[in-house]
Amino acid sequence: MSATPPLLRIDGLGIDLPLDGEPRPIVHRADVVIPEGAAVALVGESGSGKSLTARAVLGLLPAGARLHGDVAFAGESVAGMAPERLRRFRAGEVAMVFQDPRAHINPARSVGDFLIEGLTLTRGVRAADAVRKVTGILREVGIADAERRMRQRPHELSGGLLQRVMIAAALAAEPRLLLADEPTTALDVTTQEEVMAIIAEAREARGLALLFITHDLELAAAVCDRIVVMYAGSTVEELPAGHLRERAAHPYTRALLSSRPSVFEAGADLRSIPGRPLSGFEVPDGCAFSDRCPRVRDRCRSERPAPSAAGDSTAACHFPYTAPAEEAGCHA
Amino acid sequence: MLEVRNLRKEFGDFVAVDDVTFSLPQRGSLAIVGESGSGKTTTARMIAGLETASGGHILVEGEERGPGHKRQRQRQRLRSGERRARGRQIQMVFQDPYSSLDRRQRVGAAVAEAVALHQRLPADRLRARVAELLDMVGLDDRQAAALPKALSGGQRQRAAIARALAAEPQILILDEAVAALDVSIQAQILRLLADIRARTGTALLFITHDLGAVRHISDDMLVMQAGKIVEHGPVATVLADPQHPYTRRLIASVPKPGWIPRRRMDPAAAARLP
Repeated sequence: MSATPPLLRIDGLGIDLPLDGEPRPIVHRADVVIPEGAAVALVGESGSGKSLTARAVLGLLPAGARLHGDVAFAGESVAGMAPERLRRFRAGEVAMVFQDPRAHINPARSVGDFLIEGLTLTRGVRAADAVRKVTGILREVGIADAERRMRQRPHELSGGLLQRVMIAAALAAEPRLLLADEPTTALDVTTQEEVMAIIAEAREARGLALLFITHDLELAAAVCDRIVVMYAGSTVEELPAGHLRERAAHPYTRALLSSRPSVFEAGADLRSIPGRPLSGFEVPDGCAFSDRCPRVRDRCRSERPAPSAAGDSTAACHFPYTAPAEEAGCHA
Repeated sequence: MLEVRNLRKEFGDFVAVDDVTFSLPQRGSLAIVGESGSGKTTTARMIAGLETASGGHILVEGEERGPGHKRQRQRQRLRSGERRARGRQIQMVFQDPYSSLDRRQRVGAAVAEAVALHQRLPADRLRARVAELLDMVGLDDRQAAALPKALSGGQRQRAAIARALAAEPQILILDEAVAALDVSIQAQILRLLADIRARTGTALLFITHDLGAVRHISDDMLVMQAGKIVEHGPVATVLADPQHPYTRRLIASVPKPGWIPRRRMDPAAAARLP
């Protein structure tokens, strides 16, 4: 064990949820490590368990959830936090930005009230100081006329502006870790670029670590240092973002990359993955991806592959790719 | 085959679609690309007859597809026979496969109903036609006997496509039809649509914000911004050599290796946002 634990370590996390009164595994095994100040993407399709894993970081799981493994923040187990400690942890050390800002802001109160509430209620900041502080943060996230915006109500703001407000609210708490769950999925592409740029600048200025949850591998690779790919409730691959295109070892990672139609490569062949993504509770005995995998062999159907490190990456596959990928998708 | 001339739509003082002109040839595939508020969906809805135009003309095979403008709107509502004839010209598939199917109707029955609406067929030939359509979109017998809630998003979108094809339309309008699907499923549906176009000759009008999908499925594209067409041309040309600043901005926003997100909006423009 190293002397300083990483900022976040998710270690063999499993989550069971009651389905029809019976606990069923939704997350089988998630492993994520985020060093202080680093950006890690958690990438997956529906049912992969990526959002639930992020919620487990905050200790925000549905009633009846059962946890295996551990989530540790700076070496401290989140599951072991007493209620008062957990409250301080959520209010000050991690902050979350969601896909749909409208679902996470009180529509009846002004944007300003929403922004200063966290500061005045949980940190005892005086109202005037809180206003000054959030006004500065709003400017920083590209909202020039902050005073006017603070008097407005959420419905008066476009989705892109409201997402900036949510980021400002997250930054106001001065967290060490930002959890962003598909923060740009509901936005236009040009607005997505603005919002991702704002998150990147804020991280730079504060040394803020990021757990970025997304379905978009290209976006993940562009804004994060490392990529964790999840499928049907398990981490299937973990690798440096720069290795994604050429050195991904897991067949699912490669298949996901080549099933995205490219804007930039003419005549690229679109290779679809047969079947549909599974949820954690539907997974058969062997490898969860075996039914859809082009490299499947008998062993894959009977024995679940454990994560295994190779160089700077880890993949959970019996028969990982070892040769570099052909420059993905540029052959007709 | 489809001609749109000077199409306009006003909602009160707001002009949603402004002087839009284009044509879609037989067996063609055209994409209308834009962001929210561009007018792309309103344009599609007018062509499908789900919105009335404030001005301009929509012609299918040279015939006006009224009630497109005021004088024709004053005529009586369309009779059911006319409505069916229109259904054989144009069908539409929507973004959300969860809300566009009747949740109490089995998928096979939904397709059968759509076939029966357009063709009088004896029971055995109706069954054969339904089986053919379901097979074309890749749904099996078990899925045909299922209610929509038992199917995945991709399977529901296949069902919606099969139902649209039942009318043997000349034009299929797809309004963000893959946007809500998982990445690995999007590729399946895009391939399916390309395959359907090749097999049946159905022309595709693809409404989307996704430039990657456009590259894969369309021959030509229009870029719309704030109700107007700002660029129009073959997909490969527009993507390789965009002329309009907005088209360039759209392409520059797409993540790719080496891409670094930048703030491009100046503060003055941001202040004008709602």
